[in-house]
Amino acid sequence: MTAVTKTSVPAARGPMVEAWGIFRRSPSAMLGLALLAVVILMTFAGPFLYGVDPFEIVWAPLTPPGQEAAIPLGTDNLGRDILAGLIEGGSATLAVGFAAALITMLIGVMVGAYAGFYGGVVDDVLMRFTEFFQVLPPLLFAMVVVTLFQPTLVNVALAIGIVSWPQTARLTRSEFRRIRTLEYVSAMRAIGAGDSNIIWRVILPNALPPLIVSATLTIGMAILFEAGLSFLGLSDPNVMSWGLMIGSGREYLLDAWWVVTLPGAMIFLTVLGVSLVGDGLNDAFNPRLRER
Amino acid sequence: MTQPVLDIRNLKVDFMTRRGVAHVLDDVSFTVAPGELLAIVGESGCGKSMTALSVLGLVPTPPGKVVGGSILFQGRDLAQLRRSDMRKIRGGDIAMIFQEPMTSLNPVFTCGEQIAEAVRLHQNVSPGAAHARAVEMLRAVGIPEPELRANAYPHQLSGGMRQRVMIAMALSCQPRLLIADEPTTALDVTVQAQIFSLLDELRHKTGTAIVLITHDMGAVAEMADKVAVMYAGRIIEQGPADAVLDSPGHPYTRGLLASIPRVYADPDADLPEIPGIVPALTDLGRGCAFEPRCPLAINACHAAQPRHVAMSANHSAACIRLKTGEVLA
Repeated sequence: MTAVTKTSVPAARGPMVEAWGIFRRSPSAMLGLALLAVVILMTFAGPFLYGVDPFEIVWAPLTPPGQEAAIPLGTDNLGRDILAGLIEGGSATLAVGFAAALITMLIGVMVGAYAGFYGGVVDDVLMRFTEFFQVLPPLLFAMVVVTLFQPTLVNVALAIGIVSWPQTARLTRSEFRRIRTLEYVSAMRAIGAGDSNIIWRVILPNALPPLIVSATLTIGMAILFEAGLSFLGLSDPNVMSWGLMIGSGREYLLDAWWVVTLPGAMIFLTVLGVSLVGDGLNDAFNPRLRER
Repeated sequence: MTQPVLDIRNLKVDFMTRRGVAHVLDDVSFTVAPGELLAIVGESGCGKSMTALSVLGLVPTPPGKVVGGSILFQGRDLAQLRRSDMRKIRGGDIAMIFQEPMTSLNPVFTCGEQIAEAVRLHQNVSPGAAHARAVEMLRAVGIPEPELRANAYPHQLSGGMRQRVMIAMALSCQPRLLIADEPTTALDVTVQAQIFSLLDELRHKTGTAIVLITHDMGAVAEMADKVAVMYAGRIIEQGPADAVLDSPGHPYTRGLLASIPRVYADPDADLPEIPGIVPALTDLGRGCAFEPRCPLAINACHAAQPRHVAMSANHSAACIRLKTGEVLA
């Protein structure tokens, strides 16, 4: 903090502003943020700059990248433009990733908050319920859900959300158990705050840092999960996604490396970006790494 | 005589522990009149804080439970109130200041936001009005540049400042009763004096009654109207502050007063202390809880719980060695 005159108060800096200050100074975190920005920009602005339908057959099948000027990244086994697929497929993959993370956080935080705050019987019931979901093999369960119902993007996101919330619930629960015994919670109670006020307005804001980190990492995990399901041919065949591209191109891997490698590289960069941002946030929220 | 703000009668609180039932509070009775300051003194673990928590209905249940007695606040028995009614009283009519100003404020909100939140919990006012009230309260507790401090986060303030913020928060809804649980334990001596004089000043300005839980006999002598001395969950002596401090009746009270360092005492002499420790509340015998440590103990002390003996008007102590109207030599 810069030197201030004696009578004045240092400018108020919220915990979030302070965390951003640390985050900004970490090269790897900023690299992750840049990667994500590029991917997001590409998927949102790409269709306007490169308006090719990813399902349209534009050239001979399995044309390698660089051979045709009009098709910079080549074509797949049906002669569809790979670059168009990468651009179009990004939005589906990201949408599933974010939606699944959102579902995970909603269920996980809700269950964890009540279990951790009330303890006792409520905790026992909610935690047994959580363990029931935790012992489900994630991939198998998601496959069952997707094959039983339509493999639409919504269902894929739901399936991923349902298998990954228990972890968030446990994390939230442990944070709530820790924070509910702190003095400022008793102080708020003594000032007349009710349970829901204490849960959502007092404890949750203080439990947020690890939850934000966990949410970020969940996005990365959900993207990988979506790719895995697509690879097995279990994602929506009518929506282009990176996973679908890998899935439909896997038989040609030995003849045409680019069909699988290019969407794979996009997934890699996106998940890397998300993980770096997650690590950066983790450091930014870690009080031991703060200088002051 | 005016009706007391707080009238506690025969309050009993039990805790279920692994080693049996602990009578954390046993037969505690006292009254506080409007504008009056009652000091509760005693060693750690003697039930002072539990008395405060009982008044606010914050005894952790389980393992604790109010098993008997009544807590009359302006004529209503708090022990019988429904949760939602109790919530309106907490912070509204009765406020509490905690021991640790360093940890009693929520670190992610500014001081102004927290005071405003307390106001909005009890009064239907706009966010702007609540903020204005917060600034006004910060000024009332003597914080310089309250408009700026309202935007400061707790970690940007010193301990004394934070305790002032806590007091501002506690008084923001003009409570009839303020419970201060060792409000200065964590503070520097000079700041302690400031906080005490602030409390005293606010009490005279607003007419709020105060229950002050403290170890600081100096503060008791200076500010308190009445004193209650607690030992092992019971009030063993209570009365007007002057009477209790000048002519303590119970051997424990005398021990407490004797163990205060004095400026004019012989610097080479050892400070008197009370031998032994507070007994575990789970295995109290039938007799006087202080008997094992008491210099005046006789066989009869084992037999039964001593009753309060009146020493003068409103001044009584629970010791069988006392006779009515007498002060032991």
